[in-house]
Amino acid sequence: MLRRFLDSDFAYAFRRSPVAVISTLVVVVVVLAALLAPYLAPHNPFDLASLDLMDSLKPPVFSADGDSAFPLGTDDQGRDVLSTIMYGTRISLEVAVLAIGFSLVVGISIGLLAGYAGGAVDAVLMRIVDVQLTFPAILIALLVDGVVRALLPREMQEALEIDVIVFAIGISRWPQFARTVRGSTLIERGRDYVMAARVIGISSARIMISHILPNVLGPVLVIATLNLGLAILDEATLSFLGVGLPPTEPSLGTLIRIGNNFLFSGEWWITIFPGLTLAAMVLSINLLGDWLRDALNPRLR
Amino acid sequence: MSQQPRIVFEAIEASRSFDVSKGPLQRVLSGEGRRILRAVDSVSFGISHASTLSLVGESGCGKSTMARLAVGLYRPTGGEVRFEGQNLSAARAQPALRRKMNMIFQDPYASLNPRWRVRDIVAEPIRAFKLLQGPKDINDRVGQLLTQVGLSAKDGEKFPHEFSGGQRQRISIARALSSEPEFLVCDEPTSALDVSVQAQILNLMRDLQNRYGLTYLFISHNLAVVRHMSDRLGVMYLGRIVEQGPAEAIFRTPRHPYTRLLLEAIPDISSVGRRRTPVGGEVPSPIAPPPGCTFHPRCSLANERCRTEKPEHTRNDDVLVACHAVQEGRAV
Amino acid sequence: MALLDVIDLVVEFPTRRGTLRALDGISFSIEPGEILGVVGESGAGKSLTGSAIIGLLEPPGRVASGQIQFEGSRIDRLSPAQMRPIRGRQIGAIFQDPLTTLDPLMSVGRQLVETMQTHLKLSDRDARARAVQWLEEVGIPAAAERVEAYPHQFSGGMRQRVVIALALCAEPKLVIADEPTTALDVSIQSQIISLLKRLTESHGTSVMLVTHDMGVIAETCDRVAVMYAGRIAEIGPVADVVRTPSHPYTEGLMGSIPSLEARVERLRQIDGAMPRLGAIPQGCAFNPRCGRTIARCFTHRPDLMPAGATQAACWLVGGGAA
Ligand SMILES: Nc1ncnc2c1ncn2[C@@H]1O[C@H](COP(=O)(O)OP(=O)(O)OP(=O)(O)O)[C@@H](O)[C@H]1O
Ligand SMILES: Nc1ncnc2c1ncn2[C@@H]1O[C@H](COP(=O)(O)OP(=O)(O)O)[C@@H](O)[C@H]1O
Ligand code: SF4
Ligand code: SF4
Ligand SMILES: [Mg+2]
Ligand SMILES: [Mg+2]
Repeated sequence: MLRRFLDSDFAYAFRRSPVAVISTLVVVVVVLAALLAPYLAPHNPFDLASLDLMDSLKPPVFSADGDSAFPLGTDDQGRDVLSTIMYGTRISLEVAVLAIGFSLVVGISIGLLAGYAGGAVDAVLMRIVDVQLTFPAILIALLVDGVVRALLPREMQEALEIDVIVFAIGISRWPQFARTVRGSTLIERGRDYVMAARVIGISSARIMISHILPNVLGPVLVIATLNLGLAILDEATLSFLGVGLPPTEPSLGTLIRIGNNFLFSGEWWITIFPGLTLAAMVLSINLLGDWLRDALNPRLR
Repeated sequence: MSQQPRIVFEAIEASRSFDVSKGPLQRVLSGEGRRILRAVDSVSFGISHASTLSLVGESGCGKSTMARLAVGLYRPTGGEVRFEGQNLSAARAQPALRRKMNMIFQDPYASLNPRWRVRDIVAEPIRAFKLLQGPKDINDRVGQLLTQVGLSAKDGEKFPHEFSGGQRQRISIARALSSEPEFLVCDEPTSALDVSVQAQILNLMRDLQNRYGLTYLFISHNLAVVRHMSDRLGVMYLGRIVEQGPAEAIFRTPRHPYTRLLLEAIPDISSVGRRRTPVGGEVPSPIAPPPGCTFHPRCSLANERCRTEKPEHTRNDDVLVACHAVQEGRAV
Repeated sequence: MALLDVIDLVVEFPTRRGTLRALDGISFSIEPGEILGVVGESGAGKSLTGSAIIGLLEPPGRVASGQIQFEGSRIDRLSPAQMRPIRGRQIGAIFQDPLTTLDPLMSVGRQLVETMQTHLKLSDRDARARAVQWLEEVGIPAAAERVEAYPHQFSGGMRQRVVIALALCAEPKLVIADEPTTALDVSIQSQIISLLKRLTESHGTSVMLVTHDMGVIAETCDRVAVMYAGRIAEIGPVADVVRTPSHPYTEGLMGSIPSLEARVERLRQIDGAMPRLGAIPQGCAFNPRCGRTIARCFTHRPDLMPAGATQAACWLVGGGAA
């Protein structure tokens, strides 16, 4: 199985593309660092007991008065920047993956339904998609975030912090998926293999799930990859604006916002390193998504 | 031969129209009315057990629409379609009857789900109708079906893209057979295949018919193939059957001018260096078919009556023909 | 002298799994005014032969060896710039799908005028008048009013007529027609074939007619080449190839075609399928499907040998069996 894959045209095209290889490498390194943060990070930034204000605002190790215990320096509370980045990436990724996952489930279901049912169902669902697509996703996310927060009782807000932001970002991104899936579904449902299933009386729900879904998944997963990068940015933006995750659970966006306050007093590392991590990760994911799209598009080969 | 053979499938004045109007807003803006396309228009025929009736005609004449009416993919907008003596929708509501009909499609590349393994494709009807339980029994049956259509049992592990067009059509046939049907609707099953592969498939279909007493509604635009396959024949033009009867009788003495045109137009290997007078004209749009006999713009025998009055079917021997000239004895 | 000579043509596709030999030593010629049919199963190499001749092989495909001579001079080594004036002016092309040949954004008249003016010295007025003439000649009713029409305003059959006009309007000496009627209905198909035959006859044009429809070949062509797995299995006058084929494959092919004339209980069938490129057996490529093999069929590849009125690549003809 693995050998078959390594020998396939896809794997061959992958090996031949430096962009794909490098972005995959970056993504793998960042994701591993984030997932394994509790084991790899030199410090635990959430362990208040280990923090020492004496260590605060140390510059990175390569500057004159750097400390080798804090490779990328420390922030105002003496937290190790490298460690906060690793933990922050973990949170950023968690939010983005959950949000896109949620978005995919909603988008694919609605797309399948609209494409397969056609008629009025399709018209109504697609008008909703059109309307939502006229607003920038981040605006929708801001709006949903605000409304949900306002509706939630105070005591639950803390506990549901992450869920709220996942929901807000997820809701802001489903229309693209719905539209793509609906387009492919329209094509697939006219194919003879669907007719063959209908002739023997397979139910519509089953046809959608077991026949059409596997055939429409490819393009939407490519778009999902591209959207994953955007969702990370969404979360960062919301956090940067202060409506996302709080400093007690700092994501990359929160870190950048906090660090921003120190930028002009000369402590650039507090914001620049999280910023670079964010940029590298989003860029790699997008390049990978682009490459996937081209590689899977037979017409471009 | 004293007993009348049982009629398995019957279309009675079956019609199917499609609304091809523009959207309501565009209609208002362009001042157009509704536009109705009559894809199948009052078509009647019956197919008796273990025989083959073929429908032949050019692109867009309604062959595939009739095929879909016959298996219940479309509901008739007029008339009735009957299976085993019952109205089709009533028949299809009963799994025991629904499983007795199945279909084979034209495009061997679109008719098999590319993401499914062949064994699952072939087993789908078996599972849907719960004909067998247990993966072992189902697998054995699939292997048997694949062998029967000239593939091997281990081909079940593969995906459709690993097969050639002819082999895929065999898989399609295996799937159609797996519900143990009596009646198969075959919509141009060999049109996408090379002649040598076509011969293999046609022979296979014939063998299966002899072995299992299958009843075929066979659709094709190729008259030579139709002649090879059919007991009875219906020639379609713009949604109507213009001539129908025993295939041999029609090939021996084609009566309707369109049938003659088709026979004249077909290049045949037995006619090396034939000089022909090509027939003029093209099939008109089915949205606004000509009045009277829809064939009149291309017909050399057309007269005033043809331009205004729709010809009814008249019976000559066992052949039904819808043509004024034939009825009036003008066609010789 | 023949108009076109193809000598031992080999076309290859280098791929990462080795080089695929798609055409393997094709030789034939076309005389002035002759219609040569080319038949064979899909993938046999019919279209590639045509593209090689007009110099439109899709990369990475390339002519690996052999020669293509047009009026005695080689055209297989010409640069695209050198080939351009020959294509159209000397050798015209008609393809299966008329929409890919016609420019959807240009009126058919304009396309005809441009093609003629590229190749012939004609004033605008003359070119225009000729364009109308050509449309009339290919049977477009009310041609004078329809020169300004765009391709989408024509039906499939009409478009293919326009394509024929385009291929012939620069008066080439040879036309390569690759499945020109496969996408059309039977009644339209016969109109197009008769049209092609009438026009090429009256202009003395030679035609290489590629099709998988043996009936079309039988009615239209003078000679026919039967291709199998990148080689010519048999070539000769149509009547002989159709009625008394010498190659076992041709024989099987003829037997597998249902005829309007007589109904048979079972069609003759050649079991199996044509091998894929890269999996062509040693010796004669037809040997796994042939019912008459001899030892030599599995070791040596037969070349075309005289077999009565035709030439066949089979060890059973030409004394190979001895
Ligand atoms: N779902 C539909 N909506 C609108 N028009 C349709 C629909 N299905 C078929 N038609 C029209 O009905 C007519 C008959 O179509 P049908 O597919 O039955 O033709 P056919 O005889 O099978 O042709 P072919 O040989 O090309 O397969 C055509 O004009 C077609 O455009
Ligand atoms: N661009 C290509 N790359 C690789 N193989 C090709 C390419 N084009 C054609 N071939 C192969 O060459 C053989 C002949 O093709 P073609 O001439 O198109 O066949 P046909 O007889 O159907 O016209 C086929 O096996 C085909 O798969
Ligand atoms: S009814 Fe008239 S127009 Fe129609 S086929 Fe007969 S003769 Fe021709
Ligand atoms: S050479 Fe041999 S295998 Fe090939 S066609 Fe002739 S007899 Fe058959
Ligand atoms: Mg059809
Ligand atoms: Mg071809």
